Order: sequence, then structure tokens, then C-alpha cells
Amino acid sequence: MKRILITLFVFSLIIPFTNLKAQSIEKKNKVSVEERNQFSLMKLPYSLDALEPHISKTTLEYHYGKHHKAYVDNLNRLKKGTEFENATLEEIVLNSKGSIFNNAAQIWNHNLYWNGFTPKSSLKPIGSLKEAIEKEYKTFENFKEKFNSVSMSLFGSGWAWLVKNQEGKLEIVQTSNADNPLRQGLTPIIGCDLWEHSYYIDQKNNRAAYLDAFWKVINWEIAEKNYKK
Amino acid sequence: MTKFTLPAFPYAQDALEPHISKTTIEFHYGKHHQTYVDNLNKLIVGTEFENSTLEEIVLKSSGGIFNNAAQVWNHTFYWNCLNPKSPLKPEGKLKEAIDKEFGSFEEFKEKFTTASVTLFGSGWAWLVKNQEGKLEIVQTSNAENPMRQGKTPLLVCDVWEHAYYIDQQNRRPAYMEAFWNLVDWKKVEERY
Repeated sequence: MKRILITLFVFSLIIPFTNLKAQSIEKKNKVSVEERNQFSLMKLPYSLDALEPHISKTTLEYHYGKHHKAYVDNLNRLKKGTEFENATLEEIVLNSKGSIFNNAAQIWNHNLYWNGFTPKSSLKPIGSLKEAIEKEYKTFENFKEKFNSVSMSLFGSGWAWLVKNQEGKLEIVQTSNADNPLRQGLTPIIGCDLWEHSYYIDQKNNRAAYLDAFWKVINWEIAEKNYKK
Repeated sequence: MTKFTLPAFPYAQDALEPHISKTTIEFHYGKHHQTYVDNLNKLIVGTEFENSTLEEIVLKSSGGIFNNAAQVWNHTFYWNCLNPKSPLKPEGKLKEAIDKEFGSFEEFKEKFTTASVTLFGSGWAWLVKNQEGKLEIVQTSNAENPMRQGKTPLLVCDVWEHAYYIDQQNRRPAYMEAFWNLVDWKKVEERY
């Protein structure tokens, strides 16, 4: 009898623990299921101050740390319970509209933008992209001038892009707000963010000065990779 | 030939502090607003709008001429919606209309704030009187102006990022709080 009581007592001690353990495993699994469907803010391939003096650490703290992060948080919230709950970012960009599209496309656009920079820029295109630029625009300087004028003339918020069209030719295009050239079957090679939040801390209203800075941090190796896609 | 000029600023450039800084005004009024005026003067040369009033251009033009004309109009209107010494609430007939349409001033403020904070990209949030004389809150994108839909603007809030980035960076709701401290309800009432 005494033994039975002791055994029961011991079990009564163990059972809550096993329950707790089971619960914690369950909780962990639940979190990981949720996490699998959640987008997270990309890691920057350089430190926040790496693009100085061209683009300041403060700009990155806001542009990457606040704006880009807010698009990620918004999308995770908005897609819950919709057909896009388990979709990839690119699927959402290609097929959604309204707020889900706006936030998804802004994540995609900013990913390309940050990945397209390096503190050690070659300052000039390389490889097959260099050849394609010279074929299409005669010189790199001429190309830059055209890209700058497309960027300067965009009215409101949006982006300027160097893209490859379906015939494999280069084009410079503007898009408004979050819009993305993928939706027109174009392949983005370089994206320049022209929302005022990209340059207001460093340059205020001087978009031209921002474009000068922009060309100093372009990662032409990444641009070449994007071109070859 | 018409030559537009930047209207004089209706109060001292530091008069809206601490809600909107002098630096913001120096850029927003002194650079952005000025640039729209300069661009418009350049663009209308040799067009049908060479001798038009600003309102005619806003109502009839398109493309670059419209963008710059409407931005001149919108900004002039915006500065005239703000006043450092204004009562913080509407009065008289406007108060009655706001209570009738939105329930209360607080509910109106909440709706207008939501319209301002949720506008995606650059643009404006407006309180307008529609053709039936009823109040409405509308959002417009970039330079767009409610007069083109036959609506009478009563109050506007600029939600282009340049309106608040120097003072508030990405915090548009903080800018909205500043805005509510400055609305010139007497002028809004006159327009109504």
C-alpha cells in the first residue's frame, strides 16, 4: 500500500512535468509553422554605415530599419487568412493587388535595392552587362545620363529601373509607388528608389545629389548577375 | 503672358514651431513650392495655358503642366489652412455640419487621420464639400485636386514625405498630431 502511494506520489510529480514538456514542444511546433509562413526583413550584405559618405547610416536606419521593416510587418499581417498565406514573395508580387501588393512589392523592390549596393563599387559596369550597355546606349556616361533623366522626371513616389525586356534588350523604365517591372515581364537589373524617404535625410529636396551618390555605391557584380538571369 | 509667383508666406517661417519647424518650411515652401512655380512658368510658354489663371490650368491641363499647377495651388491652399494662433476646434455652422456628418469632431479627426496615414505614396488628404453640400473626406494621389471632381476644398493635409520627413522622419502619425495643432478652423469655416 505504502509502495503504491509512493508510486502515485512520484507520478503526480512527474505528470505535470511531462505535460509541460509536451506543451512546450507543441508550442514550439506551432511557432515554427507560423514562422514558416512569415516573411522576415532581409539581412544587409554590409554594415549600416558602410555606404557612407554617399548614403548615411541614419538614412539606412530609417530606410532599411523602419520603412523596409514596416512593409515586412504589414505584409505578414495582411496576408493572414488570404490566398497568399503560403505564397512566395514573387508570387504575391505577380498576382496580388491593393495593400498586399503594395507591401509585397515594396519588400521585393527594397531587397533588390539593398542587394545592389556595395561600399567597394567598381563604379563602372563589367562583363556582358558592360557590353550590352555600350551596345544600347553607346557609352556608360550616356546611359547614366538617360537613367538620371528618367529618375529626375518621375513625379511623386516610385522607382527607376534598368531592366532586360523579353527580347533580351536593355530598357530604362519608371514605375509609380510600389509598382514592379516583373509584372510587365521585364527583368530588373538595377532599381533606384525615388521615394523621398530614400534621400530626404541626406539631401533634402536635392534628388540630383542623391543620384550622384547612388552611382558611387552600385554593385556591378550583382547587376551583371541580374542581367544574366 | 502670365507669370506666376510664389505667394508670400502667410506668417513668419518659424511661426508654426514647435509643431512644424522653420527648417521644414524653408525646404517645403522655399524649395518645393518655389520649384513648382518655376516649373509651371517654364512649361506653359507657348501652350494654350500661357494666359490662363492658375485655377483654369488646374481644371483643364494634364501631364507636367497639371502636376506643377496643381502642386502650386495645393501648397498655397495648405499654407492657408494653417495658423499658429487658431482655435483647436471648428465652430458655428461648420461644427454642426461635422457633427451631423461624422458624429463628433473627435470622430471626424479620427477618420481624417486614417485617410492621411493610409494614403500609399505621395498625395493629399482633404475635407471637401460635395455638389450636394455634404462634407466628405477624400484622398488624392500626387498632385490631384478635388476641384476636378466638382468638389470644394475646405481643408487639406499634405502627406508627401517632404511635408514631414525633416521633423518626423517616417512617423506620419506624429506629423498628423502636429497638423491638428495648427488647423485654421476660422478659414475652414469661411470656405464652408
